[in-house]
Order: sequence, then C-alpha cells, then structure tokens
Amino acid sequence: MTPSTIARHMVAWAQAAPMALVFLAFFVIPLALVVTVSFWDYNDWEMIPTFSGRGYTESFEGCLTKLPEACTMLKTYGQTLKFSFLVWFFTLAIGFTVAYFLAFHVTSTTWQIGLSLLCTIPFWTSNVIRMIAWIPLLGRNGLVNKTLVGLHLVDRPVEWLLYSEFSVVLALVHLFTFFMVVPIFNSMIRIDRRLIEAARDAGATGWQTLWNVIVPLSKPGIVIGSIFVVTIVMGDFVTVGVMGGQQIASAGKIVQTHLDALQFPVAAANAVVLLAATLLIIAAMTRLVDVRKEL
Amino acid sequence: MSDATVKNSGLSRRTLLKSAAGVAGLAAGSGAITGFPYVKSAEPKVLRYLGTAVNEGDEISKKCFADTGIKIEYVTATTDDVTKRVITQPNSFDVLDTEYFSLRKLIPSGNILPLDARKIKQFDNITPVFTKGELPNGKKIGGQGTAPWKVLYLEGETSKTFSKTPTDWVTLIPTVYNADTLGIRPDLIKRPISSWAELLNPEFKGKAAILNIPSIGIMDAAMVVEATGQYKYADKGNMTKAEIDLTMKVLTEAKKAGQFRAFWKDFNESVNLMASGETVIQSMWSPAVTKVRSMGIPCVFQPLKEGYRSWASGFCVSKAVSGPKLDWAYEFVNWFLSGWTGAYLNRQGYYSAVLSTAKANMEPYEWAYWMEGKPAEKDILSPTGALLEKAGAVRDGGSYDDRMGNVACWNAVMDENDYMVRKWNEFIAS
Repeated sequence: MTPSTIARHMVAWAQAAPMALVFLAFFVIPLALVVTVSFWDYNDWEMIPTFSGRGYTESFEGCLTKLPEACTMLKTYGQTLKFSFLVWFFTLAIGFTVAYFLAFHVTSTTWQIGLSLLCTIPFWTSNVIRMIAWIPLLGRNGLVNKTLVGLHLVDRPVEWLLYSEFSVVLALVHLFTFFMVVPIFNSMIRIDRRLIEAARDAGATGWQTLWNVIVPLSKPGIVIGSIFVVTIVMGDFVTVGVMGGQQIASAGKIVQTHLDALQFPVAAANAVVLLAATLLIIAAMTRLVDVRKEL
Repeated sequence: MSDATVKNSGLSRRTLLKSAAGVAGLAAGSGAITGFPYVKSAEPKVLRYLGTAVNEGDEISKKCFADTGIKIEYVTATTDDVTKRVITQPNSFDVLDTEYFSLRKLIPSGNILPLDARKIKQFDNITPVFTKGELPNGKKIGGQGTAPWKVLYLEGETSKTFSKTPTDWVTLIPTVYNADTLGIRPDLIKRPISSWAELLNPEFKGKAAILNIPSIGIMDAAMVVEATGQYKYADKGNMTKAEIDLTMKVLTEAKKAGQFRAFWKDFNESVNLMASGETVIQSMWSPAVTKVRSMGIPCVFQPLKEGYRSWASGFCVSKAVSGPKLDWAYEFVNWFLSGWTGAYLNRQGYYSAVLSTAKANMEPYEWAYWMEGKPAEKDILSPTGALLEKAGAVRDGGSYDDRMGNVACWNAVMDENDYMVRKWNEFIAS
C-alpha cells in the first residue's frame, strides 16, 4: 500500500467513526447487555450473574407440555401478530391513498408541502394525548354512543368501541398512518411522469397504470413504511394497554410485568425473543424488495 | 385554606390565628419572605424524598420547610417504580416512603437502612396496629399477607433478618395506612352491596375493574373466592401454587366472560373509569372515591362483610445517607409524626400512625367525623378547603375501630411471587 492509499483509508475510517461510535454506544453495547442479562439467574430482589437458561425456560413454559393448547408466549405473539397485520393493512391502504393524492392529484409544490404539513399536525401533541383523546369519544357514555343512541340506531350503548381490539387497532392506525404516508410519498414523487403518460398512450386504464406502474415503483416506500409500522406495533405496549383496558396481551406488556416484578433476566429474555421475531419479519419484507437497490 | 375557615360560622380567635400562621408559613415556604431566620446553617438542608403521590403534597413540603428549614424534593413514582428505583439506583434518594409489603424485596437488597426507634420522639405513641397487630382498644386485627408488625423490626442496624420481637431498629417508621375496599356507583347499581362476591357477579358484566398490580389484583380475587364460598385460604397474602392456580382460574373465567371493563394502575385511571360510568364496581383507593364524589358524582367506598384489604407505609433512608443528612432525616420524620401532617392525612381519609398528635391538630368535629364515625356536625372540608361532605353525613365504613378492626388481609409479596407473575401474564393472554 502506498502512503496515499493508507491516508485515503484513514479518511474513510474517520468519516465512518462518529456514526460507528454512536451505534456502538447506544445500540451494540446495550443490546449485548440485554442478551447477557437474559442468561442470568435472579431472585426476588436481584439479578445473579451466573449462567442460567431460566429466563427462557420460564418464558416458554408450557409451550411443549400444554400442546395442543397454546402457551402464554404463543398466545401473546398470536395477538401481537394479529395487531401488526391489521394495523399494517389499514395504514398501508390509507397511507397509500393519501400519498397518491398528494403526489399525483396535487400539482402545485406549495400545496403539496402545505398538505404534507397538515398531515403532521397530530404530531404536535404527544402520543399519549392523541391516544387518550379517543377515550371520551368511544366510551359507554361517549360522543359516538350518545349519537348512535340519540339517532335510535342502537338501543343501548355499543360496548366494543372502547377497551377492545377494535379501539387498539383504531388508535394504532391513527397514530402511525403518517409513517406510511411519508416514505410512500417520497417514492411516488420520484416516479418519472413520462412513464405514466407512456402507459396511458399505450392504452392502459387508470387501474392498470396504478397496479403495473405506480405500485411497483412505490415498493421501496411501501416496504420502508411497513418496516416502521410493523416494528412499532410489535413492540408497543402503551397503546395496547391504554386502549385495551390493560386486558389484552402484548409482547411489550410481558416485558413490563416482569420488570415491575424486578425479574430483569426474564424481561431481557422476552426482549430478545421479541427482537428476534421482529428481525425475522423485517428480513422477510426486505426479501420481497431490495430496498438498497431501489433507493 | 383561610377562605374555608372564614366560611365556617363559629369562627374563633384561635382558628383565625392558626390560619394566619398557616398563611405565613405558606408565604415563607414559597420564598415570598426572604432572609427568613430559619436558614441557620450555611449548607441548605435538602432531602430527596422518594415515594408515590399518596403522601406527597406541596402543602406538606411547604409546612415542613417553614417549621424545620428542611427542603423536601419529591421524587414521585408508581408503587412498582419506587421499588425498582430503590433496587437499581439507591443513591438517587435520601428518604424513602414505601409500603411494608415491598420490604421483603428491599431489605435483602441491603439498599436501605432502618431508623433507630430511640431517636423517634413519638415512637411509643405509634398505634398498636403497627406494633402489635391490634386496635388501641385491644381488638386483634387480621394478619394475612405482609402485615406491618411481621416486618417492623430488624435484628440489627445492618441485619437482613426481620425480628419477631421488638428491637431498636425499625424497617419503616410508620406514617400512614388505610383499609381498602370496593368503590361503587350507588346511583347505577341501585341496590345494596355487602359482599366482595359482587365484584364478579355477572350482573355487572363489562362494568367491573380490578387493579393491574398482580400481587394486589390476585388478593382482591381471593376475597371474591372466599366470599362465594369456593375456597378458604390459609393466607391470602401467601398462596401456594395450587391456590394461585385456583384463583387465577376464577379470574380467567370472569375475564373470558367479559366481566371486566378495564384494569387500572394509576389513581386517575380509577377516577375516570368510575366517573365516566365505564365501571360501576371496582377495587379502589379512598382518595379516589373522594375525588369522584367531589366531581358531584355519587360514589361510595363500600364496607363489605368479609372485611378490608389493608396497606401501610412508612419512612426509612437510603444506605447512602449518613452524617448531617441522617440527622435531618430524623428531624424530618419527627416533624412528620408531630401532628400537622397526621391531621392532614386524616382529613384525606387515611389514618395517621400517631393518633394523639393528629387529634391535637384537628377540630373536635373533624375527629368525630373521620375517626369516630359520628355524623358531621359541620361541613367537612378537604385539606385544601374543598367541600367533601355536608353536615350530617357519616363516613363510609364508620369509625376507625370499625374499619381497621375489620381488616382481613394486607397487601403482600408472596413466596411464590415468581410463579404468580407468570400466571398473571397467562391470565392477561387468555
């Protein structure tokens, strides 16, 4: 190696160093600690730093012995996956539509920026407030039920509006649709308009253009948005807790219950399982589209 | 505060002076008066006070500063988070205000130190509820669970073993306690409620709630199991695995049948559930009932024939506290038990650990209402001056002796805690 190539290597390393250090300090080291702790033993008040698989065996308790009945872990992940799918489906449908409108129907850049900013308004208040705002609306004596009863559409208040799977999905979709809108809009805005004109000239209908031109070209945005939404929903326990009346299981809630009971190794083991499950889903999604190539 | 005093018809010179002194104290505490002579030493006396919001009030810290010059900095957390913080960050607080049931986790950790009973002026006047498990009149009270007298003394200052006989080393200097029961909405239930069994009565399907703290939620369920005659526990606060399975089965069946509207963890959640009519019967805390009632919504802290589930809390210090800070801690605890705060807590519906000093700081009619279960001679006001009850009202559950005498069990940490937590997760997932 000549001195000049060494110097070039050094510059490259120096350029990568700040990000690498941040990554190391705030991601790799904490994650390594979580994995380490997940293999420790514990008692009622402390972690015992000796190797133990107890965190995992207790988390997966009954998964083989109780078959065919599902164990706590399976039931919880079943519930979490169901929420992930429903929220992903609705945020994608709404997010795609909103992004499509912004990218193709709004022609002036000023309006595009203005309307995009409008989408961010809910983010001016905190997550928790946006969530809690639903409660007086959906409650037994809430606005929706009062209206329904007042219009004689129902005899008695509808109970499943609040503290149910419905309210959890509703709140999650409300909270996270914007994470779908932005990346999809970003992909759509880069689509060469001449391709759409060409499709029309070649005799494609609106739907054909949408399905064969716009959707494939928006894929990177769709995948990035999906990764955002799915990872957030997989780890969420606050929304599921508040909107589900603390009666609906989620992977995050199990971690929280163990933390409250000072059982840090079991909590860490559950966090590792959750991380593995989420990584598998992301791996599957990135298999469908090579995000790096498409960007 | 002065407003409320003026509203009373029989305004004596003494109450006027007292309220004036109170105002002066507030002014001093808020820093309106500078150069106050209480600043004696060069080093400001500051104590970081870790606890739940239950005993923490701005009025208390202001009054404390005015009386002793000690500045209290509150570190507020939920019950579980207080315990977590003691275990993980023992240097982040000086004085700890926590419940007796958490001691089974805190004492073995070695992160807290007991206080010396000989330095607590009012220690001999502490109610026998804590020291002997009996009322001042000698009646024995229920001791299932982590009752305070089981964990009140340590064998030595640095010992991790609870002593069965009194020693000078007190794990937590008793401050406040109460008897918890179900809160109900009489206007929506429209019939008398007298048993814990009603919590799981299908009549209230979708309108019941319990606490989302596993160790407390399971005891409420155990009260129901006993009330319906399904099973009699040796100790509801320390179940065997089979008993945990049985209790969780009852809870799971109720949950699957849609009995519960929600589980609550936070004081305000319980208030909102009750006030909005989402629930009509639920496990509750006394000041939460008071809050619902102060919103003009009928709510009763219903006494039940099977008795109450009780809790108690007190003070100790972090292991990092020594030297002058330890002296201030003793000064603070002595001030806390000297009566003003006791009266303040009694007026919230809680009970003070030293009854004699609290009594001296309350009006006779207040004492009669809160402690003796007599009809209120005058309107009953909260510590902040809000109207709680009109003249003639009687406290839910009656007198101190009636309420504390009917305690069935105490909040607890079980030997099978680990198993119970797993079962709780299974219950949530079912």
